[in-house]
Amino acid sequence: MSQDFNIVEMNGISKSFFGIKVLDNINFSVTPGEIHALAGENGAGKSTLMKILQGVYKMDSGEIKIAEKVVSINNFQEARALGIGMVFQEFSLIPELSVAQNIFLDREHKNKARLFNERRTIAEAHKVMEELGLDIDVSIKVSTLGRAYQQLTEIAKAIAGDAKILILDEPTASLAKEEVDALFLVLKQLTARGVSIIYISHRMDEIYRICDRITILRDGQVVAVAPLTQITPQETIAHITGRKDVQMLSHEGNSIDRSTTPVLKVEGLQVGNQVTDVSFELYAGEILGLAGLMGSGRTELLRALFGMDKKDAGRIEINGKEKKISSALDAIANGMAFIPEDRRRQGLVMEHSLKTNIVATNLAKLSHLNFLDSRKINELSAASIEKFQIRPSEANRTVRLLSGGNQQKVVIAKWMATDPSIVLLDEPTVGVDIGTKVEIMKLVRSIAAEGKSVILISSELPELLGVCDRILVLRNGEIAETLDRKEIEDEDHLQIIVQGIRI
Amino acid sequence: MKLNIFKKFDWRATFIYWMFAGIFLFFAILLHDDGFLTSNNLLNIFRQTATITVMAVAMTFVISSAEIDLSIGGVAGLSSVVGAIMLRDHGLIQGIAGGLMIGLLVGSINGLLVSRIGIPSFLATLGMQGVALGFAALITDYRPIPILNETFNRIFGSGTVGFFPGLLFWSFGAVFIGWVVLTKTTFGRRVLATGGNRDAAEFNGINTKNVKFKVMLISSFVASIAGLLYAGRLQTGRYEWGAGDELSAIAAVILGGTSLFGGSGTIVGTFFGALLVGLINNGLILAGLPVSQQQIIRGLIIILAVALARKK
Repeated sequence: MSQDFNIVEMNGISKSFFGIKVLDNINFSVTPGEIHALAGENGAGKSTLMKILQGVYKMDSGEIKIAEKVVSINNFQEARALGIGMVFQEFSLIPELSVAQNIFLDREHKNKARLFNERRTIAEAHKVMEELGLDIDVSIKVSTLGRAYQQLTEIAKAIAGDAKILILDEPTASLAKEEVDALFLVLKQLTARGVSIIYISHRMDEIYRICDRITILRDGQVVAVAPLTQITPQETIAHITGRKDVQMLSHEGNSIDRSTTPVLKVEGLQVGNQVTDVSFELYAGEILGLAGLMGSGRTELLRALFGMDKKDAGRIEINGKEKKISSALDAIANGMAFIPEDRRRQGLVMEHSLKTNIVATNLAKLSHLNFLDSRKINELSAASIEKFQIRPSEANRTVRLLSGGNQQKVVIAKWMATDPSIVLLDEPTVGVDIGTKVEIMKLVRSIAAEGKSVILISSELPELLGVCDRILVLRNGEIAETLDRKEIEDEDHLQIIVQGIRI
Repeated sequence: MKLNIFKKFDWRATFIYWMFAGIFLFFAILLHDDGFLTSNNLLNIFRQTATITVMAVAMTFVISSAEIDLSIGGVAGLSSVVGAIMLRDHGLIQGIAGGLMIGLLVGSINGLLVSRIGIPSFLATLGMQGVALGFAALITDYRPIPILNETFNRIFGSGTVGFFPGLLFWSFGAVFIGWVVLTKTTFGRRVLATGGNRDAAEFNGINTKNVKFKVMLISSFVASIAGLLYAGRLQTGRYEWGAGDELSAIAAVILGGTSLFGGSGTIVGTFFGALLVGLINNGLILAGLPVSQQQIIRGLIIILAVALARKK
């Protein structure tokens, strides 16, 4: 389907943030009517490159050609004028407006009196949908549509704005299987009309199903460009992961005594359709990894365990006794701690001091008759800062002013102060610099060495391989595999299992 | 290091004290001959601002938890008339209890509406303000209810302790209790955590619904105390006592440096904020300005002060 000229051509693109090179002389091109996969690990530079193409960031050097003309893109509006459309992960639709009104938002059809011409808007929107082969009633409110149709509306909006190049970032993360099929059908329709699609995804099966070519980034550099007919999934994964951090991978998993009563036993846990019939056991001193793609139900599983979301079915036993955990309070009372995915939104009060945040989980222990004991509070915060090496070490500093890694240490510190027996960690190293990442992983190991049990979610497989004793692979809310650390040869091996590729 | 020292002097945090000192000085010079600096007038300022101070202390908790309470003026009015009627018909204890019951009742309703049903406090209390005011007018037929019980009047507002008016002690008492609860107790911490980041507070095992319920309850309860203070000082219960006080209280809280977005609160700041509002009122009256001009200038000063005190 591809033709021999490039609709998008990015040549020699480099970009640094604070002296750190995140894109190094990148060449990237897309031909008309092509679906081009852009792959790489988190932090490899995919989103930075796409943000440059949309005018959000300015490149330090390099040039961009659209339809063989050199252009400068300084903002979103200019990108749109050049026919570059982005389908946002967080949809940019207004829920209380109709599908048609959303499609023509800010480009409304007006009648002679300069008022909105609702009938024409609906007719035009209907035409766009028809072209995409979609049967959606364009007069209904967006809020009444499911996620998939909202996404298709988003695509229709970009197309109606004459987008020739569409960027999709993990578009299937929250879609069900039939919805994915519908989306792919639309994408194929679009390419037949000459629209080019840049498809960012971590899912190999999808990439191989609909993409024509792939560009793989690692550490800000292009490591491979190839038609997908000429590269195997194993090769692709090898390019994405590269060889790295040998020390982290040398972990072989500790032998865990599984003859005792498990610290945590989960049976038949069900949460909507996001977690289906999950059962597992966790033993003292064990680190259990949860691997899986986005939307596989990892976070939902932990949230339900911690009582944040309602469980539809299932039994939880702690130290052999059945427990009902229906709130965070129950979970904490049963010795659980949860370091959540988004530390800014869920972990910390950003405007409060380090000290205030550290003691927040422990108010009852640090007070007499509800009066705070400031001596105990100072002791605890000083001890935590010392133990977890939080820098700068001022207890009264606002946590907003700390680096991501140190913020994460504050979250870990405040939970460890509750002396939990089960520690749940959800992506603890996201947005943390490499040095602190290693520190946090060592911390996780030391938590288990104290005899506590850990459940760790991470999208970075080397981290899981570096600390876990056992790994559960989740797929569509179910446990697809349970693997002992010793059974996994290397990262590529695990990645292939996570992706569900049959060899 | 040098930069650090400079940074530590956050003039916004101390803004209210500068503002207070500045305006005080301004009036002291300008209105010297009108008796601004006499001890009697200065005590008057305290007397007039006592009810606002008491309500503003509770409002500090409400705003720190990222809510608002617009019904306190109506609650004060209703409490003053219910207290006055019960006092007339049944006696002292019943009168006081009746007034306070109003606060507990309205506060429980506000709390349930906000925390359980999830109505934004802005709307729930705006509606409740009308309900309370309407009830107060309805049961008294717009008439004042005189209070002849000396003991009541002496406790609530009219009495003195030695040289000092009793209202002074009510103010200081409210400020002291508020300060202790906000800074020294687990409840205060929970309020600040809830207002600062509700999600994170939930993850910490804080029952944020409960916190919001309690905060709304406290606000109304304290407003009913303020209603009794009006009744005692003016020796009548009247539906319109406290009308408009919600705005003065909110202004005092924000002037004092509490964040309108929740998560941080300062009771001492609120106290000075309330005094500043009272100071401005007093100065403008002494200056002999007509009510219309007083209103304009007061409004402008408050807007200006809040704009200057706002965090970047």
